Amino acid sequence: MEGLSAEVVVFFFLAGVAVVGACGVAFATHIVYSALSLMLSFLGVAGLYVMLDADFVAGVQLLVYVGGVVVLTLFAVMLTQGIRDVKVSNRSAGRGFGLLTVVAVFALLWRSFQAAQWHRPVEYLAAESSTAAVGNALLGRYVLPFEVASLVLLAVLVGAVVLTRKETAESE
Amino acid sequence: MESAIGLNHFLAVGLILFCLGLFCVLTRRNAIGVLMGVELILNGANVNYVAFSKYSAAAVDGQVFSVFVIMLAAAEAAIGLALVLAIYRSFRAIDVSVMRTLRG
Amino acid sequence: MLETAATHEAAAGVSYALRWIVALPLAGAAINLIAGKRLQDAAGRTAVAVLGSAMSIASFVCVVAAFLRLRSLPVDERLLLDTVSSWIHIGDLDVSIALAFDPLSAVMCLIITGIGSLIHIYSYGYMDEDPANWRFFGMLNLFLFCMLTLILGDNMLVMFVGWEGVGLCSWGLIGFWHSDHTNTAAANKAFLVNRIGDFAFLCGMFLLFWSLADSGKATLVFRELAHAVPALEGMTLWGMGVATLVTLLLFVGATGKSAQIPLYVWLPDAMAGPTPVSALIHAATMVTAGVYMIVRLNFLFSMAPFTMQVITAVGAATAFFAATIGLSQHDIKKVLAYSTVSQLGYMFMAVGVGAYAAGIFHLLTHAFFKACLFLGAGSVIHALHHEQDMRRMGGLRSYMPVTFGTFLISALAIAGVPGFAGFFSKDEILWRAFLANPVIWAVGLAAAGMTAFYMFRAVFLTFAGECRVEGHAREHLHESSWTMTLPLVVLAAGAAGAGYLGVPAALGGANHFEQWLAPVVELEHAALSHAAGGHDTTLEYVLMALSVATAGLGILLAYLIYIRKSLSAATFAAIGGGVPYRLSFNKYFVDEFYYGFFLNGVLSLSRALAWIDLHVVDGIVNGAARVVRISSDFGGAIDHYVVDGLVNGTATVVDRCGAAARKLQTGGINAYLYVLVLAVILVLFSRAW
Repeated sequence: MEGLSAEVVVFFFLAGVAVVGACGVAFATHIVYSALSLMLSFLGVAGLYVMLDADFVAGVQLLVYVGGVVVLTLFAVMLTQGIRDVKVSNRSAGRGFGLLTVVAVFALLWRSFQAAQWHRPVEYLAAESSTAAVGNALLGRYVLPFEVASLVLLAVLVGAVVLTRKETAESE
Repeated sequence: MESAIGLNHFLAVGLILFCLGLFCVLTRRNAIGVLMGVELILNGANVNYVAFSKYSAAAVDGQVFSVFVIMLAAAEAAIGLALVLAIYRSFRAIDVSVMRTLRG
Repeated sequence: MLETAATHEAAAGVSYALRWIVALPLAGAAINLIAGKRLQDAAGRTAVAVLGSAMSIASFVCVVAAFLRLRSLPVDERLLLDTVSSWIHIGDLDVSIALAFDPLSAVMCLIITGIGSLIHIYSYGYMDEDPANWRFFGMLNLFLFCMLTLILGDNMLVMFVGWEGVGLCSWGLIGFWHSDHTNTAAANKAFLVNRIGDFAFLCGMFLLFWSLADSGKATLVFRELAHAVPALEGMTLWGMGVATLVTLLLFVGATGKSAQIPLYVWLPDAMAGPTPVSALIHAATMVTAGVYMIVRLNFLFSMAPFTMQVITAVGAATAFFAATIGLSQHDIKKVLAYSTVSQLGYMFMAVGVGAYAAGIFHLLTHAFFKACLFLGAGSVIHALHHEQDMRRMGGLRSYMPVTFGTFLISALAIAGVPGFAGFFSKDEILWRAFLANPVIWAVGLAAAGMTAFYMFRAVFLTFAGECRVEGHAREHLHESSWTMTLPLVVLAAGAAGAGYLGVPAALGGANHFEQWLAPVVELEHAALSHAAGGHDTTLEYVLMALSVATAGLGILLAYLIYIRKSLSAATFAAIGGGVPYRLSFNKYFVDEFYYGFFLNGVLSLSRALAWIDLHVVDGIVNGAARVVRISSDFGGAIDHYVVDGLVNGTATVVDRCGAAARKLQTGGINAYLYVLVLAVILVLFSRAW
């Protein structure tokens, strides 16, 4: 394959990182390895976002997923099982049947998007930073969803506190 | 110049992430593992969104959607893990095969 | 510091470092609230008190400097501006953190920082036994900051920040002694009732902004609003003029903050706070914010005659009812609290008839004499170890001469005795009310008579007659320390002399006060000169004489009942079978009504729903169950005798199916997920192939 441009190399590298990480999540036997693989996968996806000129989304991906969700997951692992516990169980159930189902889904979706006639010819738009455009969209056309999202986050905040709070004796 | 990497490549990556996430959700017995699978599924969907945003005339709508998805994923992770902690308190386990109180 | 500030001429307004006026109290609050406890432990409570007072006095000095600068400008250009930073800029909305200093805010700022400083000094003496002086002075400074922000804010949003801030500080200071449950309950009540008003204020602000945005003039800056609001003319919403709706909503906000009917109930309870707080927040400054807001937006309110009538009616009604309640209270602070509500009613009455300058003038004189009255009451309470019931006071004149003298001067001022401050401001309002509507005037006059009566009832019960103080407190009766009497003397001087700032033309004065405010309330000024065409000086003299006579009557009655005892209070209480007295003593049962109506209303509603659930819904369900049972009994009988074997067979089949279906409900989450995914696959396959 001649003309192996830098872009192709970078893409396959990042896609590889994302997929290998995802495989780690799906197949690792130790839950902590799964969590760390998840972080690897997120990093790869963040790289893909940069390739797609979505700097802002890439930044959010790093901050929220790599910085937040993965750390939260590790915390949950430690709180529930104790990281030093040898028996950090991560067994899988019904792998064969699961694999079958997933292959069916894969085949179905693969076929659909390969067969799809995309609306307009695939082309690169001018590569410029889209952060400003995202900001305008969030506070312009999408300001209502944006505000609703803040309500959702508030509800989550309260909900998480209520759920994890220890039961006290005063509830009578 | 026509690029070697097109929309379908990104869609393929998104699909693979989605399928691995689905597999994880279906087969994991550890509740935290199931949640990680959900995160993978959402990431697969997000890759598609951003790719569509790049390769279509719809400006940044796809990116905006992906930002909302990330927001909701974070919310889901927080609530999901809080639920896992609550479940752990009452079952002393987070193995989903143990939680069978819904059994008919 | 201020002299070196940039003073280059801008297109509109002179730029001036107004930020120091608000920054100094904020700095004091920050230091005292963050490090005050350690400071107090290390250097004693004097250190925190001096810090708080110094910041307040420094702020006062800055205000005076700004005031002098303002006075040096030509009348039409009297405006100082300070844009601290830009804040929000989205779409049509462009708001900066900006401060503006014009004749109206100058008056308000002088009152706030001047009286505020005196009360800081007084508090040093009053709070001498309290372990948390740092928190007290920190909160007082924070209050000054919020109140000054409210006044100086150049746009409605900055004003609203101050508006909310003073509510917060009021909450913190009413509940200052938070170990007592009644105090915290009073604080919460004040906060919640204020929130109702604040919500209406916000709605009014939004409605105003969006209505203006429709006409392309969206702004929240007061000066620009003055030019933009004519666009509201003719706009309607829900069959009502937008200007009327906006002003009504804003007025509801004002009733909350300024304790008017129907939202006045929090103010009497707010007396649970330390007395200096009552003097500063609940008499002189915060409660006047509503009046200030209306005068600030006078161009808008003048467009809505209906709202103006509502304001006048509410003001007059509040002035009257609060005065009737004040007649029968035993707690000296409660008397003063209802008196404050009543006087605020006067101010609303004034702005309601378009006499904005008169309203602000009464606000000024009221700040002096009411602050003085509260501080005098505080001095008495302090000397009697927190005794507030006037039935256990009496004869304090000889023990506390300075407190008595200042209290008497202020009582004369509030009663409207000629020569004292209240006379000029109250008569100005009554005269303007008479021009608008004689009924309103009559109500105001009756309230003035009652004011004179209950104030002198308080004076006589507290300071005259024999001493009814009991036990060991009596041996320790003494005049308060100089830090407490000095503010009293200064305020009493104000109560006696502040009226001469605005002597009306009929008495040979030039009414400097109204002229000073003229640039801010231009519309009102034009209306006044229009009315002056039919200016009847004789009428004004007659009205003046009538109100003086009414006040004199009130004082005389109090004298006859409480000094000469030739009339008995009991006979008055028994009028009408004692019903009016009990209504007044129990504050017309408004608290009970609110409690019963709103709280019990919600409870009864939920009880009614529970009853419906229990009897109607459950009845339907049970009835249905009974019908089913009877029919199945019938069917069972047939089964049993007719097709027994068939039925058993059917039952067995059903049982088997059930047992089989039951296995689907494994309770395991993976199984459910499989079902979900497989179902999706099936649907997609059926569409794709």
